[in-house]
This record gives sequence, structure tokens and C-alpha cells, in this order.
Amino acid sequence: MSSLSLAVRDSSTMLRRNLLHARRYPSLTLNLLLTPIVLLLLFVYIFGDAMSSVISGGEGPDRSAYIAYVVPGLLLMTIGSTVVGTAVSVSNDMIEGIIARFRTMAIHRPSVLIGHVLGSVLQSVMSVILVGVVAVAIGFRSVDATALEWLAAFGLLVLFATALTWIAVGMGLVSPNAEAASNNAMPLILLPLLSSAFTPVGSMPGWFRPIAEYQPFTPAIETLRGLLLGSEIGADGWLAVAWCLGLAVLGYFWSAAKFDGDAA
Amino acid sequence: MPVSVMPTSSRGGAHAPLPAVSAVGLRKAYGDHTVLDGVDLHIPAGSVFALLGPNGAGKTTLVKILSTLITADGGQAQVAGHDITASSDGVRAAIGVTGQFSAVDGLITGEENMLLMADLHHLPGRERRRIAAELLERFGLTDAAKKPAQSYSGGMKRRLDIAMTLVGAPRIIFLDEPTTGLDPRSRHTLWQIIRELVASGTTVFLTTQYLEEADQLADRIAVLNDGRIAAEGTADELKRLIPGGHVRLRFLGPAAYRSAAAALGDTVQDEEALTLRIPSDGSQRELHALLGRLDAAGIEADELTVHTPDLDDVFFALTGSTVPDRSHRPDRSSEPDRSTGPQRSSESPQSTEPHQPKEAAR
Repeated sequence: MSSLSLAVRDSSTMLRRNLLHARRYPSLTLNLLLTPIVLLLLFVYIFGDAMSSVISGGEGPDRSAYIAYVVPGLLLMTIGSTVVGTAVSVSNDMIEGIIARFRTMAIHRPSVLIGHVLGSVLQSVMSVILVGVVAVAIGFRSVDATALEWLAAFGLLVLFATALTWIAVGMGLVSPNAEAASNNAMPLILLPLLSSAFTPVGSMPGWFRPIAEYQPFTPAIETLRGLLLGSEIGADGWLAVAWCLGLAVLGYFWSAAKFDGDAA
Repeated sequence: MPVSVMPTSSRGGAHAPLPAVSAVGLRKAYGDHTVLDGVDLHIPAGSVFALLGPNGAGKTTLVKILSTLITADGGQAQVAGHDITASSDGVRAAIGVTGQFSAVDGLITGEENMLLMADLHHLPGRERRRIAAELLERFGLTDAAKKPAQSYSGGMKRRLDIAMTLVGAPRIIFLDEPTTGLDPRSRHTLWQIIRELVASGTTVFLTTQYLEEADQLADRIAVLNDGRIAAEGTADELKRLIPGGHVRLRFLGPAAYRSAAAALGDTVQDEEALTLRIPSDGSQRELHALLGRLDAAGIEADELTVHTPDLDDVFFALTGSTVPDRSHRPDRSSEPDRSTGPQRSSESPQSTEPHQPKEAAR
């Protein structure tokens, strides 16, 4: 068997294993889904009037405008939240003796991690769709988005999920237990709060703006807004893609190095 | 995938069978703590090899090296004819490993665990179900097949673990302390399974801290101590290594004790316990002679026990001085006290290991 077909076959076996885990124990995934949905409802129905005044530049509250503003960020936050589950399950998995067994078998080595990543990206996509459905239900509508733009938005979400998942896998591998993994991955949930997800970067204190502007979430959020709501994308598109590719490659090599290290 | 089966080596096997495992000078250290200090091994194919040693002796480290989980710092080894570093995939394709800690996926069912192994061995569709069902049946897990593995008892988990190891029909199986923590019944079931494996031509590399287990199962036994093979041979050969067979006589009164001591001459005397130890191989002829002398002197012993050396004696004689600081080594000649018999727990020498690294997975 060629090494490519071995890789594909073993990775798909591992993916099936991860999907089986997710199907048997959906509570972890569902718990993580709760955070973005609660935040969505909180920001729209509780803070919506106040927040919309900020983004409309003092023209008075407009809750539906704020729904449009906040949804792209929450979709990406959903991904950040889902991959915390990835870090936890990778960390749990490494404690299990079954990983040692995999290491002693003549299989495609990275397939264990690839299975986790593919499974997690699929979960992220499902979660994003669920949160998207809630968003549409409370009034989110795209503005003049073509099919191609929808496709690009979807592609960006998948790419972003892949990037964050590889980082989360690395975090899971360096964490001694599930609690530590959950803590280590916490920045992936918190980072959107420090982005343009809820409030424009321009409304933040001056010294903080560069951080908020160039961290990975903001360009991705702005790109998503541009694709779905017709706002200006500018350099954010390339910045978002560069962040995603960079993080994915970094996460991959970090994870592979950690996984290949001496098991003792 | 690098496949490096050299035709010459497999043909050469027809003349002189290749050893299943051979190793020369394996070394491993963690920091400045040496775990393996030059281990040599030669295990013929189709045999059971038991590696015996106290906790922290380096048994698990050796298994991890041979099963390609970790790399050695020095020395070299071949497993199933493949070099463990140059051709680790060749080694992996030939071996099955059941580690000290259960290597099952607890979140999925026993059957799913088996099918997972079948898929990773790339068995075709119908074959995988057949083999999974067959092995589950053989290990008495058919009723539990649809339950999550984490709900299994320790014995069931261990059986599932070994069943999973067997899916790829490995030629060499490593079992790292397979019966630790099992109840006697599960232990005997496992012994039976291991005997069946060997009968079908599999080579078994077993580590254990139970002397009885090594005695029961192994063709050859090596005692690992302080990172070195302290002795190697069949159980009988090892038992012959140390002196120690004796007959123990106990008396009710000091009078009988003293006259026996006088009549028998060459004995080890314990006046307080009123016992005498007479060196003996325990044979009928020697016993007969001993009883004859007692009869002739008109002495009746209250109790007579025959003690032949067992692996416990070997174990304690070889590993009794495991304190890493050699300046504190007790004198080699101070023979372990054998009077408490084989049920004595093997814990005593282990507690003298102050700073062994934890050998747990990860």
C-alpha cells in the first residue's frame, strides 16, 4: 500500500473513531455550544440597545443592526469554543493507553491527530450551522451576498476551524490532564472578546487597538462581515487567510513534534 | 512505507532460526539516572521469555524500547529480524503489545475496539467482523461486546486488551505485567490464553513481578536488577544457582533440641525457636538417612519441613541488594531468610527503591 493511501485509510479510521466518541458523548460538544448561543442572546436582547448605539454612532438603538454586526464574530467564537473540546479530548486521549498501542502499530503515525482534527472541524462546522440557525431565527439576514460569497464565507470558516483545531491539538498534547487542557485553550474563547466581534476596534482605548486589530479573530470577522454584509474587506481578507495558514502550519508541526517525542 | 525484509535474512532463517528478539548492550538513562545499563537478550522464536524484576528495575523501559515506543540511548536490538531503529515499521508490523496500563478505548464498546484494530490492520470488510467476533468469543467477551469498554471489570479489560493485540496475528507479543491487579481466577484464565498462544507458535515476551507466573509460563527467565540482567536461564537452572535446600526440624522441649543438635552435628541452630536446619536436597535418600539418625538417637522431632529452593529464593538472592547506593550494599553472602516461604510478598525489595522514575505511560 502506498504511503498516501495508507495515510488516507488510517486517517479515515481514526476519524470514524472520533466521530463515534462525539456521537456517544455529545454533552461536551453541546456544553461548548451553549457559550456562543448564550452570548448571542445576551448581546442582542440584553445589551443590544446599548451596543447598537455605539456602532451606529449615536443615532439611537437599532437592535437588528446589532444582530448583523455581532453574528460574524459569534460564528467564529463558536469555532474557538468547539476547539476547547478538541484540546480536552486530545489530552484525555493521550492519557489512555490506546495511544501507546497506536504507536506500536504499523500505521500512519499522524493519523491519530488527523482523525482528531477532521472530527473537530466537522463538529465546528455543525456547531457553526446550529448557531447560524439561531441567528437567522432571531433576525439575522445577509445583505446582497452572492452564492460565491456564501461559499467563500463557508470556506473561511472551515479554514479558520482547521487552524484553531491544530493549535488546540498542540495544546491538548502539552497538557497533563483535561483541566489543564481546558485552561490552556481558554484564550481561544476569550480572544473574540478582545476583537471587533462585539464592538468596533475604533471604540477601544488607543493603546489596545493594534492588539485588537491584528489578532487572528478581527481580520477573520471583518472578512466574514464583508462577505455576508457587503462591508469593505480590504487587506483583512489576506490577513485572515495568512493567519489561518500560519496557525495551521504552526499547530501541525508543533503537534507532530509533541506526538512523535519519546512517550516516556 | 519502508519495507526492508532482506531476502537473505529470511532465507538464512531456514538454517538457523532467527531469534525473535536479540539485543546487545541496550542502555537508557533519564537524566543521570540509569534505567538500563547494558542489557543483552536472545529469545528464540516460539518460546516464552519472562523478564522478572522488582518495580523500577527497568522492565517496562525495556519493553518500550523493544516495541519502538521509545528509543534506546545505546546498544542495538532486532525484533523479528528488523532493527528497532532502522526499521521500526518492520518491527511494528510483526509485534503486538499489551502494556502495563490498559490500552483499550474506554469510550467505545468492546466490539468497536476490535473493529478499530481490524481496520488499522487493513482487514477486508467481511474478515474484520469475523475476526472480531471470533476473538471476542474466545476471550469470553461476547456478552459484553456491545457495552462501553470503560464499564468492564479489570479482568475483562485486560482480556479485551489482549484480544485487540491478537487482531493482526502478531508473531511476537509483548505483555507487560499482564496479570498485575487481576484476581486469581482471571490470572489463571490469562495463563491459559498465553499457553494457547505459544502452542500456536507465537513468541511471548512477558514481564512480571510474580515468580510463580514466570515459573508457570516461561521457557526462559531473566532477572533484571539495577538495569542489568542479573541471571538468565530456565527456572531449574536459576534455582540451581543458589544453595539453600534444607530440612527444618522443630522440637517441643529444649532437651530433645539439644540432644538432636548433638546427634546431627552439622546444623544451623536456633535455640530460641528450638529449630535446627540441616542442609539437604530434600531427596528421599537424604531424608531417610536423617530420620535414621534421629531414630538411632531416640529423638522425636515435633515438626519436620522440607524446603527446596524456589524462584523466590533466586529472586531475593539476586535482587536483595537493590539499593542503588552500592556502598550500602548488604553483604552478598547474607542469604535471605527463607523460613517465611513462597507466599512472602515481593514488596520488600521494592520499597528500597528510592528514586525510580515513574514508568507509567506518559
